[in-house]
Amino acid sequence: MSEPEEPQASGTAGVMDPADGPSGSEGGDGYGGSVEALPVASLDDPHLQEATRYPRRVEAIVGLSFLLGIAGICAFGGAYVEGAGTQAYAATLFVGLFFLGFGLTAWGKYLMPRGPFVEERHSLASSKSEQQAMAAALVERTGIVVRRRKFLGGLLVSGLGLFGIVAAFPLLRSLGPRPQGTLFKTNWKKGSLLVDLNGTPVHRTDMQVGGILTVFPKGKETTLTAQAVDQTVLIRVQSTTLVTMKARADWAPDGYVAYSKVCTHLGCPVGLYEQQLELLVCPCHQSMFNVRDGAFPIFGPAPRPLPQLPIYFDSTGFLRARSGYDQPVGPGFWERSTIGNGKASNT
Amino acid sequence: MALTDSRPRTRREARRELGPYGRVQQAVNELDERIGIARGGRNLLDKIFPDHWSFMLGEIALYSFIVLVATGIFLTLYYVPSQAVVVYHGVYKPLDGMHMSQAYESTVNLSFAVRAGLLMRQMHHWAADVFIGSIVVHMARIFFTGAFRKPRELNWTIGILLLILAILNGFIGYSLPDDLISGTGIRIAYSILLSIPFVGSYLAFFLFGGAYPGHIIIERFYIIHVLIIPLVIIGLIGAHLTLLVRQKHTQFPGRGRTEHNVVGSPLFPQFAAKTTGFMLMVTGVLGFLGGYAQINPIWQFGPYEPTKISYAVQPDWYMGFLDGALRIMPSWQWTAWGHTIPWEVFLPAVVFPGLVFNICLAWPMIERRFTDDYAMHNLLDRPRDRPKRTAAGAAMIALLFTVFGASATDVLANYFHVSLNDVLWFFRVAVIVVPIIAGLITWKICIELQHVPGAVKRKRAMVVSRTPEGEYVAAPAPEHPGDEHPELEPEPVPVRIELEPETVGASATTAPTGEPGVRRALR
Repeated sequence: MSEPEEPQASGTAGVMDPADGPSGSEGGDGYGGSVEALPVASLDDPHLQEATRYPRRVEAIVGLSFLLGIAGICAFGGAYVEGAGTQAYAATLFVGLFFLGFGLTAWGKYLMPRGPFVEERHSLASSKSEQQAMAAALVERTGIVVRRRKFLGGLLVSGLGLFGIVAAFPLLRSLGPRPQGTLFKTNWKKGSLLVDLNGTPVHRTDMQVGGILTVFPKGKETTLTAQAVDQTVLIRVQSTTLVTMKARADWAPDGYVAYSKVCTHLGCPVGLYEQQLELLVCPCHQSMFNVRDGAFPIFGPAPRPLPQLPIYFDSTGFLRARSGYDQPVGPGFWERSTIGNGKASNT
Repeated sequence: MALTDSRPRTRREARRELGPYGRVQQAVNELDERIGIARGGRNLLDKIFPDHWSFMLGEIALYSFIVLVATGIFLTLYYVPSQAVVVYHGVYKPLDGMHMSQAYESTVNLSFAVRAGLLMRQMHHWAADVFIGSIVVHMARIFFTGAFRKPRELNWTIGILLLILAILNGFIGYSLPDDLISGTGIRIAYSILLSIPFVGSYLAFFLFGGAYPGHIIIERFYIIHVLIIPLVIIGLIGAHLTLLVRQKHTQFPGRGRTEHNVVGSPLFPQFAAKTTGFMLMVTGVLGFLGGYAQINPIWQFGPYEPTKISYAVQPDWYMGFLDGALRIMPSWQWTAWGHTIPWEVFLPAVVFPGLVFNICLAWPMIERRFTDDYAMHNLLDRPRDRPKRTAAGAAMIALLFTVFGASATDVLANYFHVSLNDVLWFFRVAVIVVPIIAGLITWKICIELQHVPGAVKRKRAMVVSRTPEGEYVAAPAPEHPGDEHPELEPEPVPVRIELEPETVGASATTAPTGEPGVRRALR
């Protein structure tokens, strides 16, 4: 609302009736603070005047605002009945509520007695003796009980404490299985056939150099929980540039190399492949793994290389796993041992 | 009280005794005779609310929460919290025939096939973002003006618990649609739980009912999101407001304002009118945002599949500081004696937010340790008058904003065509340097502002005019109507509490002795 532009003789239309009944009562309010003899409010008390000097103008604005609001609410009802669509509902709801609210706020701010009003603040604290009485009651009454029946009190407390423990543990325990070995295992094992999401195996001739495919052990490509840990990227790089550890020399036949797709940082799928530099990039927090060099992290917060899946071609030319992963896939956890932190060496 | 008055009365007699206020009087009497509302209720109607715009920030939070509950109830009527896989054959053709969880299917359906469903969903999401945002801004107001000081430490604590719960519930609610992006978020949350030393894998398995993703997490998140956390939030909001009424508002210093009074507008009718109007306006604006500002278009992201991921996605804004902290953290981990501590996750995602919130919780104690100030404070500080506190707050905000900015490293690198490595290192340095600089600059500005003469007063414009002789003369402009500050001159409340003469023995002992109506509570 605009502030009054110029001083003017104050109007007194529509002042609030104080509705105070007979005035001038004295005495305590029952809470300890005595009510001061306050001046009696009367109709021309200055603070009972409206906050604005232009009540007519404000009334017009408030009225217009309410009319707009009513129109908006009606339109909202109409739009809803007609199924007029999200934008229509939103526009009408906005106009309806906003202008009703705007008018009401303006009414409260400009057409009601301006004040300011004062309220005394009384201390919440009790008197010193009352405070002491409270503490005394606590300490002394407890004292009586404990002094005489210390042993019984101990039994009761330990009983309740035991109930807490006994109740908490089965509850926690029943929420889920213990991790045990689960975090160390995937469904990959010796001889697992590499298949894509549709269950199609990968033949030696299927991928071109630079190609990438997400693969799973055959039979496990359908369930989400299996996908979440088993997902593996199969990339065909140029064999001449591939660097690998000595022990992994035969893990990547014909330029096919397979790494776990679960980021070692927070478990996002390492879904971006930079073909020129041969980097796997995790879009969540930008960890980058060098595919030519054992998928070691070269950038970002990931602390470990992506575990590598040893693969070979079977007699019919399809890719199979030589064994499962030699370490847990995915992010770190307390029970994880040090496996998988060795640096790759050029061979 | 009519307890002793058991004389049967006729209806007409009873009506005559009601006096001039008729049915309202009757309702008040009936209630008062049973539960005693008249005295306390009258006091409540007289509760004074200071007229300062910054007191409105908490109201935004409250009204956003009301919108959250209302729209949330609507959403529960259509949402199905299930990870059971179904094939979609709904009205949104691009997803036709896709496998998805029932949670995702029902969210898409309530967006497209339920009348006003999309509006309700987007209003809900916007209300959550506004809820947490207004809590944060409200909290900054409380902090910088020292409103958390004695006697309001408890309410400060409740406020921070509310913020934590709001963030937690925001994240969980964001996860419920089970779309591609939120599903990835759930996996990140799981991995963060895993990173906690000793118990991490147990916590993660107990929450998820087994290895990720399991089949129960959406159901559990659902009941946590719609029942458990909202109940706690409602309870804490009740406590927050009860304490506010009991302790009365703080106020800025001004003419007539003391530690022992509150100056402003009474609850009824002035404040009630203004705040009810404000509630309607907040709801209206959230409705506008819900219809015109698209948020979380899950049908574009697709259903969650553990092997898929999208690029350049950020979580909701209030999770940004965690995401940024995770991005700029170096890849440190410890492995020894067959165990791993994944510092690269544990430090930024568990220790860092834990530190931030614990510093906030402990701040009243921390400050008291330095100031040794045990006095009651009902008058607010101007931030410039407490340079060290203001500097500390500015440093904390700068830290969180920098870390928040770091959650967009990839987007910034793309947008400005700079190397991602440079952006990363910029943020790694900035996260240490920016808070220090921000704190120092703030401290200096506060000190300088303290010495500006008349800084408190609104400045009067100078009018420069030329005399007929050609001389230029500067004179203060005539007083503008807006220059006066009538709100600074308090006047007594024109109200009185009528009481029957009553004899309650105990109350007589607590009559004040010092100034009338005011008892000093200074230690």
